[in-house]
Amino acid sequence: MIQGLIGKKLGMTEIFDDEFEMVVTTVVEAGPCVVVSKKSEEKDGYEAVQLGFEEAKAQRVSKPLSGHFKKAKVKPQKTLKEFRADKDDLQIGDIVKADIFKLGDFLDITGTGKGKGFAGTIKRYGFARQPMSHGGMAHRRPGSIGQASSPARVWKGIKMPGRMGGKNVTIQGLKVVNVDAENNLLFVQGSIPGPVGGTVYLKHTSKGGV
Amino acid sequence: MGVLADIEKKHMKTDVTEFRAGDTVAVSYNIKEGDRRRIQIFEGVVIAKKGGGIRETFTVRKVSYGIGVERIFPVHSPLIEKIEVKRTGKVRRAKLYYLRGLSKKASRIKERNTRENQ
Repeated sequence: MIQGLIGKKLGMTEIFDDEFEMVVTTVVEAGPCVVVSKKSEEKDGYEAVQLGFEEAKAQRVSKPLSGHFKKAKVKPQKTLKEFRADKDDLQIGDIVKADIFKLGDFLDITGTGKGKGFAGTIKRYGFARQPMSHGGMAHRRPGSIGQASSPARVWKGIKMPGRMGGKNVTIQGLKVVNVDAENNLLFVQGSIPGPVGGTVYLKHTSKGGV
Repeated sequence: MGVLADIEKKHMKTDVTEFRAGDTVAVSYNIKEGDRRRIQIFEGVVIAKKGGGIRETFTVRKVSYGIGVERIFPVHSPLIEKIEVKRTGKVRRAKLYYLRGLSKKASRIKERNTRENQ
């Protein structure tokens, strides 16, 4: 069985689930993905398939990559990602669709989170704020960053302001509330990382029961 | 946002009963009792309609044994069997939250003239 799929975040809305309760969902365009290459136990030490998502224009793909696609006899793809899969499950050129996920499944979804720019310690690490009035003038400063003449330096790893977000984020245990395999749509309860239109990787959860 | 609008449309009802704030309605609502479902009727005055599209909700207020009870229903909920308009009310506001502070006598609402009841 294949473990995952590549998708695109389409946005959030509310729908009625199978119990007719209203739930907040994120709509993901999940697949169709094409198998571009395979890894095998004998050759690579593990079983996996490489999936491609969304067709790319031929001139937008680098020469080495276009050779990779030509070898598999598939059209150039925008995104490539490897997923674990059983040995004789899929062949090169096969199409994987959203119906590998069922209603009630739990997923782990990975994507690049939204960039927050240069953020202070309150937003970035949840530091407490100092008084805004009553003579307090520190407001949103980080406060003390260490000791005095011993050690006479700042310890490595002290939390300070800096770039926040724009990193890979995984949210675990998201419930599938609806699957529309015909239109490759997947409805997931709650929010997922990244902006609308961002690429996300969907996997069966590693969290056992949930 | 075209795709999302289409998805929402698919989950929306097409034959929603028309009513306004101030109207008295009886909502037939499916409730779950253990593993069986039955219909419960909640009758009262619509004091607010909120939101749009699939997110639209309305608030119904009634006074039960001297205690004010309000319920919020999603307009497009599949659990709503039907909405019956018992009486149309003439009000000058979209939100009738002021009814909460009024006695039964003061919270009476005049009938609105519609084509049907004339």
